[in-house]
Amino acid sequence: MPRRMTPILLVIPLALYMLFFYALPVASMLFRSIMDPTWTLENYRRLAHDSVFLAVSWTTLRTALVVTLGTLLLGYPVALALSRLRHAVAVILLAIVLLPFWTSVLVRSYAWMVLLGRRGLINELLLSSGIIDAPLRLLNTPLAVHVAMIHILLPYMIVPIASVLRQIDGALPRAAAGLGASPLNVFVEVILPLSVPGVAAGTLLVFVLSLGFYITPALVGGPRDLMLSMLIAQQVDLLNWAYAACLSVALLVMTLLLILIFQRLPAVRDALRVATR
Amino acid sequence: MASVSGAGRHVSGGDKVRGASVVLSGIEKRYDSVGAVRGVSLDIRSGEFLTLLGPSGSGKTTTLMMIAGFETPNAGDIAIDGRSVVVLPPYRRNIGLVFQNYALFPHLTVADNIGFPLKQRGIDRVTRARLVSESLERVHLPGYERRYPRQLSGGQQQRVAVARAIVFRPRLLLMDEPLGALDKQLRENLQLEMRRLHADLGITFIYVTHDQEEALTMSDRVAVMNEGIVVQVGTPEDLYDRPCNRFVAAFIGESNFLSAIVRGIERDMLVLDCAGTTVRAIAQQTPIAGQTVTLAIRPERLRFADAAAAIEENRIAVTVSEMVFAGDCCRYLCHTASGATVVLKQPSGSMVRRRHRGERANVLWPTGDTAIV
Repeated sequence: MPRRMTPILLVIPLALYMLFFYALPVASMLFRSIMDPTWTLENYRRLAHDSVFLAVSWTTLRTALVVTLGTLLLGYPVALALSRLRHAVAVILLAIVLLPFWTSVLVRSYAWMVLLGRRGLINELLLSSGIIDAPLRLLNTPLAVHVAMIHILLPYMIVPIASVLRQIDGALPRAAAGLGASPLNVFVEVILPLSVPGVAAGTLLVFVLSLGFYITPALVGGPRDLMLSMLIAQQVDLLNWAYAACLSVALLVMTLLLILIFQRLPAVRDALRVATR
Repeated sequence: MASVSGAGRHVSGGDKVRGASVVLSGIEKRYDSVGAVRGVSLDIRSGEFLTLLGPSGSGKTTTLMMIAGFETPNAGDIAIDGRSVVVLPPYRRNIGLVFQNYALFPHLTVADNIGFPLKQRGIDRVTRARLVSESLERVHLPGYERRYPRQLSGGQQQRVAVARAIVFRPRLLLMDEPLGALDKQLRENLQLEMRRLHADLGITFIYVTHDQEEALTMSDRVAVMNEGIVVQVGTPEDLYDRPCNRFVAAFIGESNFLSAIVRGIERDMLVLDCAGTTVRAIAQQTPIAGQTVTLAIRPERLRFADAAAAIEENRIAVTVSEMVFAGDCCRYLCHTASGATVVLKQPSGSMVRRRHRGERANVLWPTGDTAIV
């Protein structure tokens, strides 16, 4: 057997798995969206004028955008700290960052319900300290969705940025300082541009995960914060299979389109070229 | 910024700048109570090319990093042009720096890399472009402005790093093993270029290397460091011909070490007994008669005796144990009657008679080439 066959053989089990449990279901879903009950594009035509679909799509995109921005603003400084701390300390901090990963999303979402509820921890605290006299409506609001999702997705932003920052040659900031750059300029002109590949990876990861998020918005969100994944689940419950399949395809296309656009942004492309030099 | 911009603003043309003088007084650096640098004092003159030479871990790079400002000494003072700089952060010291692996910014073009120190000093875009192209010409890379560091060879990257370090006309240039990663041929070419650059610019160079040949070739003076202290400072000739101790004699070039007993002084010459043979050496200090000392003799200063020795030459009887042909010379490994090893370097060529294994011979060397360490 020729030696170059070995890598192909190594990949075959996973390829078969993906074919049966991923590619076939997706294909059957695609098929369903245009073959229910007979060959038709009627479902898609309806989608384009469906105000519910458009509103839900907008909510989904907006939520993903806010969550991505939130994780970036909160995550970058932590990633920077991780890259600067001594190794032993950095490992502990990284463990703290990753700790939420080891508990299920469901548990964390319920935890947010406990915190944000009408008689939740935050309201109780504010009431007892006299800052407010009536409980605030925190749960089942867009704010609750944003806060909970930022919390859950934060590690996905921190880890790629920290790993890129850690790989930056320590001689570069030194050289910059030696050549006359103040600490702020060292960051703005050297560290920040060199960390773009990590920012790009983290942003893409969080954005794409946000688009398909289901459990958290379903639990802490309000009836008006319907996201695409929730709408799909709703339609499946109603046995509206064709419409649900149609929505799934729309979500898939939207995600792929965003990944494509993102990879073609000049800043990201340049950064990736430097990173893979 | 005001204090550093002065030197940058007046940059232009080929006019010489006076180099900075650097005085290190008793500087020390400890890491977790381990002394990396244990009291280094050095007086580096304006416009001098001084090399810090030593094995790895000798404290030479730490000393350089303290001058640059990346490390703070635990004790002692560093003065540049008579002004203490210990409290100044690196970006306020106005020193040119070339790092071991060049440390070029991978996301910037060659022009932006070289323009970086100028930009930090608030120099406008037009002046910047002119100075960058001047600097590139100086390092023989004209027209490379738009390339990225990854598109350059190691030697070219090194030149860009040098261009970036001198573009803002610093009066002091620090270099940390800048040629370490290059192959031998290129390294030798660049050594000459650095020498020329030093002569052209007239600024002070402090150069760190572990390569003794590089240190001897390039420097006005060399400070040999070992275990955190300066062992000897001097011109390359001083260090080679008059090493002050065994470490210097062995680290710089090669040395034969023979132990001898002092007999006395005779017409300014020290008379010694080397395993039964009388040898002479120039008395540097005056050892007491009867004291045992070590003689250091360079292998290339030795030769086999064909005729009677001149009066000012030392002679010792040896047996040839091994001969190695090395192109430009033959290296002989010999042993004296008392078992001491003597290495002799003989120029190769048809005019010299080769000795063979087991052959007995007399080895001669001028009394003036005997160092006592």
